[in-house]
Amino acid sequence: MVLSKAVPSSSHDASLDCTFASRYVRAPLPRFKLPEESIPKEAAYQVINDELMLDGNPRLNLASFVTTWMEPECDKLIMAALNKNYVDMDEYPITTELQNRCVNMIAHLFNAPIGEEETAVGVGTVGSSEAIMLAGLAFKRKWQNKRKAEGMPYDKPNIVTGANVQVCWEKFARYFEVELKEVKLKEGYYVMDPEKAVAMVDENTICVAAILGSTLTGEFEDVKKLNELLTEKNKETGWDVPIHVDAASGGFIAPFLYKDLVWDFRLPLVKSINVSGHKYGLVYAGVGWVVWRSKEDLPDELVFHINYLGADQPTFTLNFSKGSSQIIAQYYQFIRLGFEGYKNIIENCMENAKVLRQGLEQTGKFNIVSKEVGVPLVAFALKDRTYYTVFDISENLRRFGWIVPAYTMPADAQHIAVLRVVVREDFSRSLAERLVSDIHKVVQELDEQVKHVTKVVTTQVDITARGGGTDGALVHKSEQEIAEEVITYWKKLVSRKKTSGVC
Amino acid sequence: MVLSKTASESDVSIHSTFASRYVRASLPRFRMPENSIPKEAAYQIINDELMLDGNPRLNLASFVTTWMEPECDKLMMAAVNKNYVDMDEYPVTTELQNRCVNMIAHLFNAPLGESETAVGVGTVGSSEAIMLAGLAFKRKWQNKRKEQGLPYDKPNIVTGANVQVCWEKFARYFEVELKEVKLSEGYYVMDPEKAVQMVDENTICVAAILGSTLNGEFEDVKLLNDLLTKKNAETGWDTPIHVDAASGGFIAPFLYPELEWDFRLPLVKSINVSGHKYGLVYAGIGWCIWRTKEDLPEELIFHINYLGADQPTFTLNFSKGSSQVIAQYYQLIRLGFEGYKNIMENCQENAMVLKEGLEKTGRFNIVSKDNGVPLVAFSLKDNSRHDEFEVSEFLRRFGWIVPAYTMPPDAQNITVLRVVIREDFSRTLAERLVLDIQKVLHELDVMPSKKDIDIQKTKSVAAAWKRFVEDKKKTNGIC
Repeated sequence: MVLSKAVPSSSHDASLDCTFASRYVRAPLPRFKLPEESIPKEAAYQVINDELMLDGNPRLNLASFVTTWMEPECDKLIMAALNKNYVDMDEYPITTELQNRCVNMIAHLFNAPIGEEETAVGVGTVGSSEAIMLAGLAFKRKWQNKRKAEGMPYDKPNIVTGANVQVCWEKFARYFEVELKEVKLKEGYYVMDPEKAVAMVDENTICVAAILGSTLTGEFEDVKKLNELLTEKNKETGWDVPIHVDAASGGFIAPFLYKDLVWDFRLPLVKSINVSGHKYGLVYAGVGWVVWRSKEDLPDELVFHINYLGADQPTFTLNFSKGSSQIIAQYYQFIRLGFEGYKNIIENCMENAKVLRQGLEQTGKFNIVSKEVGVPLVAFALKDRTYYTVFDISENLRRFGWIVPAYTMPADAQHIAVLRVVVREDFSRSLAERLVSDIHKVVQELDEQVKHVTKVVTTQVDITARGGGTDGALVHKSEQEIAEEVITYWKKLVSRKKTSGVC
Repeated sequence: MVLSKTASESDVSIHSTFASRYVRASLPRFRMPENSIPKEAAYQIINDELMLDGNPRLNLASFVTTWMEPECDKLMMAAVNKNYVDMDEYPVTTELQNRCVNMIAHLFNAPLGESETAVGVGTVGSSEAIMLAGLAFKRKWQNKRKEQGLPYDKPNIVTGANVQVCWEKFARYFEVELKEVKLSEGYYVMDPEKAVQMVDENTICVAAILGSTLNGEFEDVKLLNDLLTKKNAETGWDTPIHVDAASGGFIAPFLYPELEWDFRLPLVKSINVSGHKYGLVYAGIGWCIWRTKEDLPEELIFHINYLGADQPTFTLNFSKGSSQVIAQYYQLIRLGFEGYKNIMENCQENAMVLKEGLEKTGRFNIVSKDNGVPLVAFSLKDNSRHDEFEVSEFLRRFGWIVPAYTMPPDAQNITVLRVVIREDFSRTLAERLVLDIQKVLHELDVMPSKKDIDIQKTKSVAAAWKRFVEDKKKTNGIC
């Protein structure tokens, strides 16, 4: 007898449902616990993709230095390398070789004193944070060894930087137990003053860190002057304090635009330099580089030789397993663009920054805080801060889609607040002009609101609302709030007149 | 007058890549080239050179995921230009990380209320996660000692000699002494009794491994917890435990839910797991979970004004891609508990197939256990003529990458080959591997042993015979 399964007439093959017809888009998304059951991959994809639509658009994120666009050919290479674990050097020798080539190219770009065929000392990292920690570790260990050899105490190392350093220096100091001695800024001078820095150097200083391309204003610090002053001090004291240049942003700008600027290994006291591949190295987030002057500047005891997956492998990184895509992308950019390509791109950025700067100056409302020489960005502050602040402008610009951050300067210039626009490779002139016109609109709207509020407020309500905003500016209430207050006041006034009957 | 350019040469931009001059130029190695080249040429040149890399999916050495569904690849590519650290700009991505942390914390039975958010962070891998956990222990211990007015300059950590290298890195870079419990032949993980003996007042934590890199074994965290609790009661030192669950963290909850190794044990204060191992995501993501807020000293957390918003962070890295975080969330909701369980069961099954195939050859000892990470570690029963390194070398010719390595002290005389069974190592591949290993054994059997071959002896024997023959045969004429 043939057994046959009766098919229920109301059968419905759920797998035929298109995603938006399925039950998966009705279920709430798991937030705290791993869900018990699997769901189809199309549903998983759609659900996540849709939620992510509410993230900001990376290309309109004018807050970030990090690259947000690469050529499709490079995207192809990146995709193909997603499943390659970079640290398996034995299994992926070509990828390892590409990293080494990048290190060599960057070392030469920074004028490291190496012979024609000599390999440079350097490493690829996940970003400048890791690069700086490695460089700092090398300085700390060298200094400790020197002090031990001299029979001196080595328990209180310190590092001298400007107060404008990016947070990763503070992280390094806190996690690796090094004291951070910061040279304070002041209004109008937003980078580290070399003279003050050298004055702060003492026998426990493991290095002085200069920034090429300050995060705040894009300025290049005067590394040459620092080198001269420090050389003098070293001679007097015999301390031999070195310099590290944090060229996270500037490292891929100065060699192309400011060839005559002496900031790199051409200065004898510079022992290591870090640069972010993912900023003006023009690669997506996730790659940085640190290069040492010579082998002597990287204590061998920090380098690990390990038996990983069967082969000997020298490594000096904090991270171990990581993707290979960004390293390959960096190499792609180097050979695809070459010197002229990078130069052209940075020149375009500078041009567009100029367009933006001039557009802002023309509004007559802003002071430009950033300099023209440096990283292509425009940092600007409001001339008149009585009625609204740069934080208001930043918030209002979001409505147009732009993400332009506002922030206060570090000590001792905390009363200055600026907006900052970073001009990346993919920020074309048309976008610059559009941004200017949108800023114009925002400023006009805010001005209108102020006029309106002032009119209502001066006739009826006492101006007692103050607070918020770091410079104590009047926080403007919305029209609605003002209207409500007026109504309440009149109501009180009228109710005192107590009419019983209907009006 | 109209000026026109004579096209004496065809326009180079129409050349197909392999017709162009770019594939004749030698590739720059030391210096950045002066000129740009077309993007097609750059792509082709790099792509072609990379063909000589090993095939990631045949790399049986690695625990790290080498295959993901195309839908996930799509999500990853779309997120490749999102800098994860811009929390203010990408709030949804940040939220996804938080959800992953919560899910993983619950998976590890962290003592949280229903809607309480877990304390944890996404990292680039277990190395960073371990460094963060170690830093937290170090700082907590230092603060405690300072309060007690005792010296705090010689912190140490107790682990087995089988730890992955990142623990040694942590010790060396953060100036903590590493006290290693030596292994012994037949016992390749940390012995909890010996470990507890080594604990002293300067011990910031004891680190147990769930899924030893060498042979996949799970260490007995429960026994360690019991013994350490006793010692703490005697000494008052309050030494905590960290579980390095880099591999095991995404296996034990699905295959061995009864095994108590996680926050169910009171002394376990933090756990790390690699998202890119059995979390089934490509390389570049790990997770560190703390038991409670108290176990993560607030002074280590940075509140920064980055791009205009307040942002609490506790990571070593700053800028990094968002793709892997999104991919991890995809896997967690796509697969759910049953999906992960099915995949781990499949891996175990295929590991069994491989193990049995190897046992049937009669030539190998299986060093790995059945319970633990799905891998097979095996050594030759007789390695007098040929050793495991040669087997590994020969297997390369077939395309397989199977590493051989020696055990750490005190078992350095043991060499093993190790095959890691990942999600994408199907049964057919397991059977093919067994066949290829058999072929390799046959080849090695007929090859003279490296130790037998004495080139000099052979040469001198040949020379002696030659002379013997020539002396006897002095003929002038042609033969």
